Amino acid sequence: MGHTIWEEAQQKGVSRRDFLQLCAAAAAMAGLSQSSVAQVVSAFEKKEKPAVVWLHFQECTCCSESFIRSTHPIMAEVLLDVLSLNYTETLMAPAGFQAEKSLNDTIQNNKGKYIVLVEGAVPTHDGGVYCMIGGKTAESILKTVLQDAAAVIAWGSCASNGCIQGAKPNPTGATPIYKLTDKTVINVPGCPPIAEVMVGVVTHLLVLGQIPALDSQGRPKEFYGRRVHDTCYRRPNYDAGLFVESWDDEGARKGYCLYKMGCRGPVTYNACSVTKWNGGLSYPIQSGHNCIGCPEAGYWDNGPFYQHLASFPGFGIESTADTVGAVVGVATLAGVAAHAVVTNVRKRKVIAEVHVEDQKE
Amino acid sequence: MTMSTPEIGAGNAIPAKQPFEYRRVYVWELPVRVYHWINALALVTLCVTGYLIGAPIRAFYAAEAYQQYWFGWVRFIHFAAAYVYVFNFLARLYWGFTGNKYARWSAFLPLKKSRRQEIVDVVKADVLQTQMHGPISTGHNALAGLIYFFTFLAFVAQTITGFALYSSMSSSWLPRLFTWVVPLLGGDFGVRFWHHLFLWFFVTFVIVHIYLAFYHDYIEGRGTVSSIIGGWKFEREKSDQ
Repeated sequence: MGHTIWEEAQQKGVSRRDFLQLCAAAAAMAGLSQSSVAQVVSAFEKKEKPAVVWLHFQECTCCSESFIRSTHPIMAEVLLDVLSLNYTETLMAPAGFQAEKSLNDTIQNNKGKYIVLVEGAVPTHDGGVYCMIGGKTAESILKTVLQDAAAVIAWGSCASNGCIQGAKPNPTGATPIYKLTDKTVINVPGCPPIAEVMVGVVTHLLVLGQIPALDSQGRPKEFYGRRVHDTCYRRPNYDAGLFVESWDDEGARKGYCLYKMGCRGPVTYNACSVTKWNGGLSYPIQSGHNCIGCPEAGYWDNGPFYQHLASFPGFGIESTADTVGAVVGVATLAGVAAHAVVTNVRKRKVIAEVHVEDQKE
Repeated sequence: MTMSTPEIGAGNAIPAKQPFEYRRVYVWELPVRVYHWINALALVTLCVTGYLIGAPIRAFYAAEAYQQYWFGWVRFIHFAAAYVYVFNFLARLYWGFTGNKYARWSAFLPLKKSRRQEIVDVVKADVLQTQMHGPISTGHNALAGLIYFFTFLAFVAQTITGFALYSSMSSSWLPRLFTWVVPLLGGDFGVRFWHHLFLWFFVTFVIVHIYLAFYHDYIEGRGTVSSIIGGWKFEREKSDQ
């Protein structure tokens, strides 16, 4: 069976020094402190390389693209050295029956030990015919593979919350993974998730052999514990009240806050403003665009992206709760004013009636 | 304490022949009045700052962020007023079980048939401007009581969604009690949507509430408006007594 990571490294001629560097980097990726490096070294010396199955369903492969573009040199090592990626449609060499065999072998030979990474949502309408691989529905493949899995990670918003497949009216019945299994699913949402976050989650799983602390939506707290807004470098402009009001105004040039342009930073939990993208180069807000809230459930239905509030259903594309509220408010004022006028017109009659009543008594 | 009916409409051809007995009734106890005005102040503050948070006015001057804290203050006032509002409301709930019969929780629900009949009567009097069948309740009329009950529900909804939104920027226990709301309403965006929508409920409520208080002050003629300042209302003694 498999070797430990340290044995594998030795076979490849990796020096002890380089191995320790790898361990330190892995610890950092998993969000561990310097003092935990020894724990990582110990784990990598003793643990077998875990077998990994990477499933692709209703998705665009942007999660895979993100993962392989992680710029840290350690990422490639995680993918190729630390993990034993036995099945993934997009990257593996075998095809057809060989690929199927590879999947079956992995499941059979590593019962209760393999890690499943799922990219994409699973369609459930019409018997699941909208996503089939090798004549089997995505749902049945997922069921089979998850049966003996040690851990399940849902890559990206599709697998975590349905993303665009799950947007209204959701014709294929696209369903996130956590709704289809009893196992704890680590949701790593984002469209795509940040490469460093993906590697960080996998590393955490490998190093500590346990699921990271998750929030109420199954997201690792270490990466999804704070809002993009909280660590945004434009935050001081928000507190000062300096806002961009159109894409070509002076405020946009000066890098003011994009809140009024519909920025979803204040309602989006992700590490974008900390780790940034493409090797820490930038992130959407830094590049002058508002956050569209891609890791949040239902973000496609909360549009338009360039509006602070979602459109109010049934009142046209541009109308928000404020439009509706203002109309209701003005209508109420008008009603009250009309009532006051009528009361005033009837004034003499009302007063007379009261007096007549008084007379009777 | 007795009073005579005032001469409504000076110079009216019909003189009041005999004086009518009016009884002074202490309806709104001090805690109720204090609650009302603190609530009114907090509510208006919350509505104004809340609207500004949703549609902020940009800082009037300043080129750099460090020169201003305008939006920060708006948000701070909103959060501070929210705490006042919530604890004030909790105090009122307590008073609903210890206060007089006009303040009790049962005054807000049409539990008796006569109260349900009064709702119909008041709707007719308010909307169709017909005369009431019988004497209107001294405290909240049955319709007003029910509307206030719905308003309390809106208070609760606004408190829950408000603290849920606030929970991600706070580590104190009270807002943290409401973190469960966020996934329930489809994330912070959904919570914000509902929180924002309820703002307009309160705006509408304030308009109607103030108008109807004035209107009932006029049609009932027994100090509806002044009662929330002094606490007293007037009840005419039954003529056969």
